[in-house]
Formats: sequence, C-alpha cells, structure tokens
Amino acid sequence: MSTLISNFDEFMDGLWKQNPIFVMMLGMCPTLAVTVSAVNSISMGLATTFVLTASCLLISILRHIIPKEVRIASFIVIIATFVTVVDYSIQAISLELYDALGAYIKLIVANCILLGRAEAHAARMPPVPATLNAFGMGLGFTLGLLAIGGVREIFGAGKLFGIALFGPHFQPWVVMVLPPGGFFVLAGWLILFSGIRANKQRKIEAELALKGAKA
Amino acid sequence: MNNESIANILLTTILPGNFVLAMFLGMCPFLGVSQKLETAFPMGLATAFVIMVASVSAYFMNQLLVHFHLEFLSVITFITVIACTVQLVEMFVKKYFPVLFRQLGIYLPLIATNCAVLGVALFQTARQYNFTQSLAYSIGGGIGFTLALVLMAGLRERLQLANVPTMVQGAAISLILGGILSLSFMGFAGIGGGE
Repeated sequence: MSTLISNFDEFMDGLWKQNPIFVMMLGMCPTLAVTVSAVNSISMGLATTFVLTASCLLISILRHIIPKEVRIASFIVIIATFVTVVDYSIQAISLELYDALGAYIKLIVANCILLGRAEAHAARMPPVPATLNAFGMGLGFTLGLLAIGGVREIFGAGKLFGIALFGPHFQPWVVMVLPPGGFFVLAGWLILFSGIRANKQRKIEAELALKGAKA
Repeated sequence: MNNESIANILLTTILPGNFVLAMFLGMCPFLGVSQKLETAFPMGLATAFVIMVASVSAYFMNQLLVHFHLEFLSVITFITVIACTVQLVEMFVKKYFPVLFRQLGIYLPLIATNCAVLGVALFQTARQYNFTQSLAYSIGGGIGFTLALVLMAGLRERLQLANVPTMVQGAAISLILGGILSLSFMGFAGIGGGE
C-alpha cells in the first residue's frame, strides 16, 4: 500500500507540485513558440510526454549499465532516438500538424525538462517510480502548454479548439498570437499563481496570529 | 534551393527574426544568465561561437547523411556534434579564462541543450541553405542572440534600482520585459524582406 501511495506522489509531484512550466520554468522554448493554439499545445505536450516517459523508462532500466563518465552523452542519444520516432510518427499521422509544429518537434531534444529529469530522477530510481514521475511531469507540461495556448487562441483568434466563441464582430488581439503574446500570457499566469500563493500565506499568518492572540 | 541573399539573411536573423525574441530559441540562458552585463556578453559570444561551429559541422554532416540516404539520423548526429563542440569551448574557457568559467557556472555546459544551437542546424537544413547562406544564418543568429542577451541584462540591471511589486518579482517581471523587448523588435519587421 505504501509503495502505491509513494508512486502516486511521484506522479502528482510532476503534474502539480513541481510543474515544469509554472514552478521550475523549464522547457521555455516550445512553451512560448508553439502555443499559438490549443490544438498545437496539446499535440506538442503529448509528443513531449511520450519522449519523456519512454526515455526515462529506458534510462532507468539501463542506469546500472551506463558508465558515469558518458552518462550525459548516452542520455542525449536515447532522447534523440525517441524524438526521431515521434517526429516521423507525427509526419505520418497528420501532415498539417507537422507543418504547424515545424522544427519544434525535433527541438524536443534540446528541451531542458528531458535531460533534467533523466539526470536528476531517472538515473537514480527504479523503473516504476521513474516512469510515473516522468509521465506526471509530461502531463504537467501538457497542462501548462494548454493553459497558455488556450488563452492565446481565445484572445488572438477568438476561438478555442477552432470553434468561434465571440461571434462575427470580435476584433482579434493579433498581438496574442505574435511572439510578444507568449511572453505576456506566461507572465500573467505566473503573476496569478504568485498572487494565490501570497493570499494563502497571508491567511495562514492571520490564523496563526489569531491563535496567538487567543493563547 | 533557396536563393535569399546573404545580406538579407544576416539582417533578418539579427533584427526581425531574432532567435530569442521572435523564434523563442535559447530561452533558458536568456532568462538565466541575463542578470549581469559582464556575464551576459561573454555568454552571448560563447554561444555565438558554438552556433557557428555547429552550423558549419551540421552542414557537412547533412551532406554526408543525404549522400547515404540517412536523413532520419539527423537529430542524433546534430546533437552529438553540438555536444562535442560545447565540450571543446568549455575546456578552452576553463584553461584560458578561469574566472569567467566560474561565473558562467552550469550554464556553459548547458549550451549543449540550448535550442538556438540545435535550431540553427535544423532550420538551415529545412530551408535548404547552401554553405555561405548557412554561415550567414549562423553568424546573424549568434549576433542576434548576443544582442538580445545584452539588452536584457542591461534592462535587468536597471530593474534592481526600481521598485517592483512583490507579486511580479522574479520570473514574471523578466517575462514582461522580454515581451516588451520582443514587441519593440517587431517594429523592425519588413527590414531585409522579413520572415
């Protein structure tokens, strides 16, 4: 039972507590570059999740075999292999999507989350928790991308998942789908989260003060 | 074949198609090392050098891969070449500029996972640039990257004197600054033919 709980913790850790985008600020390039629409964000997120999970599983299985001196190079080769697999699969599944994401699928190799997870987690853990953590991390990344991509699509095109939301008289905020929009939306989410955190902190402090006054 | 002129490529990659501010390549060092002007500039130069070497090697590697019909190996070969180049630069900086080596810290080996470096190799292949065009693309990209890093570092140095509300401190204010910088770089759109 306890292993089940700790495995679940591993999963939630990646998904929420250590969310790669909002908490750790990793993998910023695809985060800002491909999130012009919700569909792009989800596909990019899922592609990254697949590469992350598969490479962490393999690295975790091979962790006693890979010599310490060449571990980074080996990790990169493993990651690059899975990225090539994803690259060709997306090309086969949907050419339209492949054109929209462009070179950013191949750039998953250079995503800091992958090497970071491989080095900090997968290389030290048995396969099951390593895979679960990687899967949670990947989903957390997808969630983050979707949060940014959704907002950018709603304001920049007046649509969500391609469905028009505001009727024909909506004037799109073009800046949102242009590069600066990515910076502003991510900054907006970060401000929102830090606001919530500050609020929570204030409540806890107020409660403590109240308790202190009673005592 | 793509027949953009050299000057056009150079100008486009430095200003309107800036790697960091328009294409979001190399965001990690952009947000990580841009605290101080004196580290941002050498970091930019080191990255520019790696970008150039990586681009030249990637060009010849790609010729080889195309010749043997092994295009599917491109990602693996490019990243390996880049990792080796970074190792070279790291050893060079460690030997001749030990102070700088300590200042740059973890970010120097991380050039290997800098999207800008791999990005140049991938984009020049995708756009079918020839050798001189690739070289111009990589040099322009390196200069653009350095420019963005130095501008950002200058802004952040000024920011230390400003009174920033606690809620937006840290990453959020850097992102807003990046957004404004990116917005101002969009004013260059149209120069050199644009994207």
